Amino acid sequence: MNMLVTPTSPATPNGTTRPQVRIVIVGHVDHGKSTLVGRLLHETGSLPEGKLDMLKAVSARRGMPFEWSFLLDALQTERDQGITIDTTQIRFRTNSRDIVLIDAPGHAEFLRNMITGASQADGAVLIIDALEGVRDQTRRHGYLLHLLGVKQVAVVVNKMDRVDFSAERFKAISDEISAHLSGLGVKPTAVIPISARDGDGVAERTDRIGWYKGPTVVEALDALEPARPLEALALRLPVQAIYKFDDRRIVAGRIESGSLVAGDEIVIMPAGKIARIKTVESWPVTPVAGRQGAGRSVGITLDRELFIERGDIIAHANAAPRETRRLRARIFWLHDKPLAKGDQLLVRSGPKESRATVVAIEKAVDPGELSSSENKAIGRNHVGEIDISLSNPIATDPYTENPRTGRLVIEVSGRIAGGGLVLSVDAGQRAVPVDIVPVESALRPDERSARYHHNGAVVWLTGLPASGKSTLAKALERRLFSNGGSPILLDGDTLRAGLNSDLGFTAADRSENIRRLAEVATHLARNGHIAIVAAVSPAREDRAIARRIADTAFREIHVATPAEVCEERDPKGHYKKARAGALASFTGIGNDYEKPEAAELVIDTSKRTVAEAADEIEQMLKSSGVLFDEVVDLAANI
Amino acid sequence: MHLLKDDSADVGVSSPAPIGRSGSQEFSADVAPSMDHLDQLEAQSIYIFREAFARLKKIALLWSLGKDSNVMIWLARKAFFGRMPFPALHVDTGKKFPEMYRFRDHYGKEWDLDLRVEPCPPIDAVDPTLPPAARSAARKTEGLKMALAKYGFDGLIAGIRRDEEATRAKERVFSPRGLEGNWDVRDQPPEFWDHFNASPPQGAHLRIHPILHWTEADIWAYTKRENIPIIPLYLAKNGKRYRSLGDQDITNPVNSNASTIDEILIELEQTKVPERAGRALDHETEDAFERLRVAGYL
Repeated sequence: MNMLVTPTSPATPNGTTRPQVRIVIVGHVDHGKSTLVGRLLHETGSLPEGKLDMLKAVSARRGMPFEWSFLLDALQTERDQGITIDTTQIRFRTNSRDIVLIDAPGHAEFLRNMITGASQADGAVLIIDALEGVRDQTRRHGYLLHLLGVKQVAVVVNKMDRVDFSAERFKAISDEISAHLSGLGVKPTAVIPISARDGDGVAERTDRIGWYKGPTVVEALDALEPARPLEALALRLPVQAIYKFDDRRIVAGRIESGSLVAGDEIVIMPAGKIARIKTVESWPVTPVAGRQGAGRSVGITLDRELFIERGDIIAHANAAPRETRRLRARIFWLHDKPLAKGDQLLVRSGPKESRATVVAIEKAVDPGELSSSENKAIGRNHVGEIDISLSNPIATDPYTENPRTGRLVIEVSGRIAGGGLVLSVDAGQRAVPVDIVPVESALRPDERSARYHHNGAVVWLTGLPASGKSTLAKALERRLFSNGGSPILLDGDTLRAGLNSDLGFTAADRSENIRRLAEVATHLARNGHIAIVAAVSPAREDRAIARRIADTAFREIHVATPAEVCEERDPKGHYKKARAGALASFTGIGNDYEKPEAAELVIDTSKRTVAEAADEIEQMLKSSGVLFDEVVDLAANI
Repeated sequence: MHLLKDDSADVGVSSPAPIGRSGSQEFSADVAPSMDHLDQLEAQSIYIFREAFARLKKIALLWSLGKDSNVMIWLARKAFFGRMPFPALHVDTGKKFPEMYRFRDHYGKEWDLDLRVEPCPPIDAVDPTLPPAARSAARKTEGLKMALAKYGFDGLIAGIRRDEEATRAKERVFSPRGLEGNWDVRDQPPEFWDHFNASPPQGAHLRIHPILHWTEADIWAYTKRENIPIIPLYLAKNGKRYRSLGDQDITNPVNSNASTIDEILIELEQTKVPERAGRALDHETEDAFERLRVAGYL
């Protein structure tokens, strides 16, 4: 037996092309999706010859009454279980459209398959059983259509025969689902009463629904518009790869929005480097003249050799995306383990990938529930809003400004675990100065980490004067170096002698002192070194700024030696001078040291030896992914 | 049209006609030419090829010599500006039509392919409980497993299409295979917005399907537009033609008078006979095809 539904040709031999629209049928399990599809194929004359008779014969042989849904139950396993497992693609025609129908399973277990199907759709049909009304999966699918960016949604109220074609029942359901959808910003294109089994409302307005004046399902499908390429928006060309197969250096990618032509001045984000497009390359004819628009996979060469890598975004210089290390997203979550604050993820935005940390869960709800009870973590098949911090800056747009680049996908352990829309990007105060062209290192991070056996990090030792920060910093430096690593000590006092010699001890100068320390340390960390900063850094806000600069590379260690021990040690004689009133703004004898609230490690040096304290720091660096014993899966650390 | 004709020169090859593209490239600097259906399919396939090449370590393209895999090679050359930067793997049952072998040897050279021909094990080595045609096809699955073990590919590019057969409609673009090369249809990862799961477990591999979204008619329309060479068995001779080419002993021609690609396109408009109707293995039992796919058949 062959279950194939014959495709119809979208491109007819005489060269005319009918608009092709991809649609998905979604809704609660058993509300009649497969039956509607079977009926649609029949009504539009799309069934292969003899198919209906064959299926009727098979049904008779199995002693079952014929059901329209059998047409779709292509896999034997599905027939046995009586549910549709996965998305199948079936084609048929209405008067003016070629429809590619992507079936999507209603069973909650298969939400990932529903999402796989629906993400490819230009429009959707949301089906509701007239008897059962709006159910949790109906609401969930409605919500996901919104998150997936499917804007054209037709609602069908099926099984009207089971409610005696009651106009009142229809209106009640229509009102409820319309309210739910408009709450999500989705306006249904039609709400249609049907009986998929008997055919009412599918291709014909029968007498039994004589009170209904709107379009039939086939007419509603006929009115759907195919997705348009986003040519009117600003240029976004995410870089998939750089090819050097011959003497050309071709930057390859697909134009997600806007258009480009040879001669355009472009900016490469997030680095902000400027260049001009020299040629647009192709094959077999190259180079190509003329403008290339959104949707095209292209290759370009530039007028100068710049370091470009996969994941960069090429834009026009006056309309570049924002560079950010922090963004808020509205996401759906498909992973078994709920997503919680502090979780480490891999975020993909087009070809760009970046490790990320969940900084906050702002919302976590089950979109199937009527009352949205808030949770701390986003459970499987639930949705939420999260703030994430990225270890590499990415260039992105809010989805309201660019639906293609304003979305991202989340991976856990190499498997897609969720996805969603970028709501806002926190570009900070750092505007991108396009006339500054930072020079990229010739080395990749993984080359350095392979040599040093560690990732770059900023180890920030904070504590009272004489608490033991410098002693610990030097012990740690020695130990990391002995193991083949690349530690660099940044002592606050040492830097004050040079780089920071223009700074005094006012609050503003102290803040600037810390900011510079953090910037230098972060630069070292990004280049694979472990920067060990020993600085009193008494202000919590200043340390918070340092953490923001160094981001996921930051490891704060509170050297929490009791104040009286510190004063007793007093190796530099500072406490003595301060007590004598000879040292203004000295931290230690007042109450001006603000203890860290969430340091990665707290060490009291009065209770352990230097070696023991260094052990603890080493352990913390291992468990938090800075140090690694073996060179395992370096790719995961990039 | 650019054909490998039965009756042409000794090698069985005609020289390529000049490329005649139908107005899809308007050379204006102001407005980008709009993309037609084939342009969209092409751009999507190129995107998939580039993702596979960027994200996997060692890939190969499965070249069955048929119309679909020829289109794939063409698309790969578009993606990589003229050359396919990974091997073309032909898992050879030894039972293909002579025209197919001639085609392989000629275009393997002309297209500068890194061609790897790998044999299949003898039929006795294959599960005897399968029906005869399925058993024959399963031989190819074994040959493929041997090639995988030999080269250690982590990704194989295959020219299957969703419209071919209902089982294939359930495929992902990047489709993980188990350690035995098997396909777990019930536990497929989600795939959306052209983000693909590209991390196969240690020892397993991925199937990559760059033309999953194409139809049979798309393949022919594109073959015509791009002037891609084909094996002449696809064109009708004496009222018969092959719609799909497999092993000689398990592939049958269909009744047809379509002797040009245009005529094939018209025929496809009208027919309601499935493409793989000439493939014996699809018809043996209701689940023969599914059993094969679960076991790693293409």
